[in-house]
Amino acid sequence: MRNPFEGPRLHSPSFVDALRAYAPDLLEVRPASGTVPEVPHGTTVAAVRFADGVAMGGDRRATEGMAIAQRDIEKVFPADDFSAVAIAGAAGPAIEMVRLFQTELEHYEKIEGFPLSLEGKANKLGQMVRGNLPLAMQGLVVLPLFCGYDTRRQAGRIFRYDVTGGRWEDADYHATGSGGRDARGSLKKRWRPDIDGDTAVDVLMEALYDAADEDAATGGPDLVRGIFPVVATVTAQGYWRIPDDELRKAAERVVAARAEESADR
Amino acid sequence: MSVPFYVPPEQLTREKAEFARKGIARGRPLIVLEFAGGILFVAENPSTHLHKVAELYDRIAFCAVGRFSEFENLRQAGVRLADIRGYAYGREDVTSRSIANAYSQTLGQIFVQEFKPYEVELCVAEVGIDGAPNAMYHIVFDGNVFDRKGFLAMGGQSDELNTELQRGYDENMELDAALQLAMRVLRQAAPAGETGARLEVAVLERDRPRRSFRRLSQEDVQSRAGEPAS
Repeated sequence: MRNPFEGPRLHSPSFVDALRAYAPDLLEVRPASGTVPEVPHGTTVAAVRFADGVAMGGDRRATEGMAIAQRDIEKVFPADDFSAVAIAGAAGPAIEMVRLFQTELEHYEKIEGFPLSLEGKANKLGQMVRGNLPLAMQGLVVLPLFCGYDTRRQAGRIFRYDVTGGRWEDADYHATGSGGRDARGSLKKRWRPDIDGDTAVDVLMEALYDAADEDAATGGPDLVRGIFPVVATVTAQGYWRIPDDELRKAAERVVAARAEESADR
Repeated sequence: MSVPFYVPPEQLTREKAEFARKGIARGRPLIVLEFAGGILFVAENPSTHLHKVAELYDRIAFCAVGRFSEFENLRQAGVRLADIRGYAYGREDVTSRSIANAYSQTLGQIFVQEFKPYEVELCVAEVGIDGAPNAMYHIVFDGNVFDRKGFLAMGGQSDELNTELQRGYDENMELDAALQLAMRVLRQAAPAGETGARLEVAVLERDRPRRSFRRLSQEDVQSRAGEPAS
């Protein structure tokens, strides 16, 4: 690590640029040949827009091939006060990317004295996903889902990414990861414009349940251990992780409703 | 190559110090105060955009008086140092002591090697949690570091300000009382005929999780000071 007080002055508010100038070894990933051994993968994450902002949720399972690597991994993180990021894909590089992204947003805010626009944050994350392309080519794909409250437009917005760093905005909802397709199917039926925050939590919980129902790599509510999907909302009031007891209740409501449907048959 | 005249180091140091002191005294003053719930920063600052007080890290803030271009450069380097450390190691491993040390080294080197010393004085303050005490490092233009306790005034007629602060200070003050003290002391020291310079006010709040730095709006300052909003 070089001393940021020495050498030519850096004219950039970007933390990635600061790392490149003073601690490049923290950024560098040397391309290697051969195949990467099995590593933990995060599976399903989803986001929906609602009247006051956005809600984002993720199941708690990480898989390593056919084995369950972790039962209580968290995949939804605050990116800053007004945005959230959820990860699907290779868990190691994904969580590292989130850490870099969080630092990048905070660094920009401190250097400049005001935060990046939501658009700027979304683009920055796209650049990080693109930077991961060499690793993605070896199987370590990281596909984040990003959402936030746009304080200028006064609305929630959702962004998804492809492996090249392509950034696509979703007007209503999106889900990604191995169970993403199933979650999207569920969201398509349950999501309505102008739902409120509580409904958004229920809709996400149900979509994650449906994903777990169809996808072996997605974990459903674990009533035995008390592990439930994590949901957070972002509104004009900021990032808010729904408390565990509320998540438990929301998960139990979905389970109870499904049990009733089965019993009626 | 021409050989410069020999100037004895004592004289050189003295003259550089005098130059820096004069430059700093010309600027508007700033007060740092420990209060019951954290650390308060009050600076006379006519600008709403160019800050004299700023966040460095979760529990650490930076404030400075003197030449803006010089301390702004130092502030940004401090943010970079803190963020790189926190990213490379952990958030708890970023300490005010190591940042103050970096400032001291830099200012010391500039004072000795450069033709013109920096006309700045800085304070790096850290609010303690879990019973740990606060830290206030006062770093002056030649790289000297002073470990302060309770309160500190920099810039302007700082000696007089410190004397006044000593008279009214109590370490168990609440935020409002601390703010009122700082404002009173600054007002007393203002040159005759000059009243109501715009104040930049910020706090490091002990009970605020993670990023404890917060700026106080002008309205908030006025209501806490018990003054009608203008």
